[in-house]
Amino acid sequence: MALEQSFVGREYPPESVYEVGREKIREFAEAIGDPRPEYLDVEAAKALGYADVVAPPTFTTIVNLASINRIVNDPELGLDYSRMVHGDQSFTHHSPVVAGDRLAVTTVVESVSRRAGNDFITLKAEIRTESGEPRVTTRALLVVRDAEQEQA
Amino acid sequence: MSEIAVGDVLPELRVRITRADLVRYAGAALDFNPIHWNEAFAKGVGLPDVIAHGMLTMALAGRVVTGWGVGALVDYQARFTRPVVVPNDDTGALVELSGKVGAILEDGTIRVDLSAKFDGRAVLGKAIAIVRP
Repeated sequence: MALEQSFVGREYPPESVYEVGREKIREFAEAIGDPRPEYLDVEAAKALGYADVVAPPTFTTIVNLASINRIVNDPELGLDYSRMVHGDQSFTHHSPVVAGDRLAVTTVVESVSRRAGNDFITLKAEIRTESGEPRVTTRALLVVRDAEQEQA
Repeated sequence: MSEIAVGDVLPELRVRITRADLVRYAGAALDFNPIHWNEAFAKGVGLPDVIAHGMLTMALAGRVVTGWGVGALVDYQARFTRPVVVPNDDTGALVELSGKVGAILEDGTIRVDLSAKFDGRAVLGKAIAIVRP
């Protein structure tokens, strides 16, 4: 089933604020097996010039995914979540994400398309602090695999 | 630091991903899609078995760059081309991660071309990190 084209250009303003915690950074760093001192130790982070412990490069997947889920679960879009896979992802860092940052995410639907029975949707998220300082721009391409093709 | 040149190879990384690692990553990243922990669900939607989060593989490949210690990773992108299938045993799935310097850009940043392989085949495509020394 094709996705609703009218979603292209739709903008989702921040729904809430995500406060980055030291222990969440630690948990994430440990889950990806990257226990660098600047992720775990405030003094080590400060020695490198960061205001507090810094987040690993893909940490903002946490807030990015929350914004993705909010959009793809919108019944009007017509997306079968169980057939959705992540196609690609990018992170462009404007300034380091550190513990204590209060992040707000604005997401835009950049494109909706269909090729060979599969549906594609691209979402771009601007992650800024509550006061508007840019932190990270993310882009996700999501693919909804064709159900009929598989059954055939 | 010694001069960095196009073609330089970054230290390789080999990581075994088990089901326990997937559960831990799911909790840390707040990604609870059942295809990453529920075998029956994964097979029900046509996957061979539980698969690893693409974002976990991307984070592991990112470690090749953060472990290199040359600078900050300012831009990072990857395409998820093939799933990492994780069996329900203690051995898990072996993922091999590597990278090499692809270019030195005009603004002084370094382009690192990353590779992630599972079962000898690439699971990430166009995995590119831009590092600011």
